[in-house]
Amino acid sequence: MTVSEAITRAHRSEWARVVATLTRRFGDLDTAEDAAAEAFATAVETWPRDGVPPNPGAWLTTTATRKAIDRLRRESRRESKHLEADLLSGPAEPLGAVDDDRLRLIFTCCHPALSPEARIALTLRMVGGLTVPEIARAFLVQEAAMGQRITRAKAKIKAAHVPYSVPTASDLPARLDTVLTVLFLVFNEGYLATGASTDPVRSDLTAEAIRLTRLVLSLVPDDGEVIGLLALMLLTDARRPARVSATGELVPLDEQDRGAWDRSLIDEGHALVRSRLAAVAAGGPPPGRYQLLAAINAVHTDAREARDTDWSQVVALYDRLVRVDPSPVVALNRAVAVAEVDGPDVALALLDRLPLDGYHAFHATRAELLRRLGRSSEARLAYDEAIALAGNTAESAYLTRRRSQLAQPGAS
Amino acid sequence: MPKYMLSVFGPTERQKYGPYPSREDMLQAFEDTGVFNDKLVAEGYFVFADGLEAATTATVVDGQGDQPVLTDGPYLEAKEHIGGFWIIEAPDLDVALRLAAEGSKACRGKVEVRPFQGEESIKALLAE
Repeated sequence: MTVSEAITRAHRSEWARVVATLTRRFGDLDTAEDAAAEAFATAVETWPRDGVPPNPGAWLTTTATRKAIDRLRRESRRESKHLEADLLSGPAEPLGAVDDDRLRLIFTCCHPALSPEARIALTLRMVGGLTVPEIARAFLVQEAAMGQRITRAKAKIKAAHVPYSVPTASDLPARLDTVLTVLFLVFNEGYLATGASTDPVRSDLTAEAIRLTRLVLSLVPDDGEVIGLLALMLLTDARRPARVSATGELVPLDEQDRGAWDRSLIDEGHALVRSRLAAVAAGGPPPGRYQLLAAINAVHTDAREARDTDWSQVVALYDRLVRVDPSPVVALNRAVAVAEVDGPDVALALLDRLPLDGYHAFHATRAELLRRLGRSSEARLAYDEAIALAGNTAESAYLTRRRSQLAQPGAS
Repeated sequence: MPKYMLSVFGPTERQKYGPYPSREDMLQAFEDTGVFNDKLVAEGYFVFADGLEAATTATVVDGQGDQPVLTDGPYLEAKEHIGGFWIIEAPDLDVALRLAAEGSKACRGKVEVRPFQGEESIKALLAE
């Protein structure tokens, strides 16, 4: 391993830990973030000369702590800072045996009093260690605006005294759900990236989302929904190699080269889904939305060929998902499965009641169903709507080709 | 301990029973709010709480010039205005938010939670 590889690896595995430890010690996200960044900059300077320390994590934490103390001395606000640090490092919140500063950091960054955009940005910065320019690029926001979004969120956390703690047992399920939502949004932005100039699939974002979900799982190992979300991400990411064609078009599930799917990710995802099925069968709590979505994806990744897909199983799982999450987007996805079991006419009737006029996938699904019913001119209009709303370049390319393959008006 | 202002907003133009649809609803809200206030006192969060007259009874004073300039009505023109508030002391935002949710249910209105400026932030201001 070269020194630069060691630094990259240390950054991935230690950034969140350094920021989290310093936040507790100094009671301030700003101080922790700046000191962590300085410590890594020092590593870049000194490790090539002095060699990689035997315990990089401990070295980085010690160096960052020194940097933070230096900075506070310079700002000569030492007394009040230390007082605050003492207050914030008070008794640990009980959560079984789990007591990790990183978990506190994640819950603070995903606090429901922050806007959803701020939660995502702050989580990627403070927990994920991405730089502000990287996050700005990921979400197509100007660097200065993204910097301000993060600064404002940190200022609110400080001024409003957002606690640096793991939520109490009664709040935990709802708060954990907020964390999982953030991770899922990061993953989805990677898997179906928006923007004319970005790659259609951003593996940096999907990989980061998976890494952070693994981290949360290591901290809350028994939560079924965390396991479900990780399984869902793995089974989805496994199909990434087959998702975009050589010509840059999105390839739908039934046309993908299943031999290109990542078997090891599928195996891991299936094992997680099986562990949840066993836990539920053994009397555990009923599966939530992520476990059900993971199970649906497992049905797909279980089929050797698209035609082997057990669609009635998919519909049955969507029926359960609708009870957990009665949103129109779930109903739309259920209708796609219903089309395979009961035919496109039945599915189309389900679609017509959904309030999803501004959603590209609604129009794309309608277009496909209308095509299968031979209603070409209506399908064309639906493709037009879908293309106008699609933010993903590969999806637009796919839809445009599908539209061009429709029977010409008057030809049929 | 951090202090928070919990403000309740209501329509600028008040109906016969304020923001409540009927006399019974109004009395029930008063009673529930009273119970909530007692709880704040008993648990040590209470600093102050009261309701305000309609925003139309407000007067804006600008005393920055030689003579004070008086303007009838509230400072901001809006369809909704603050109708009452609590000031509480709480260890952190999570506790303040939980109390705000209870207060919101009791008084039947949305509650804005805003922290007071703490010693730390004033020191930071002076340090610049």
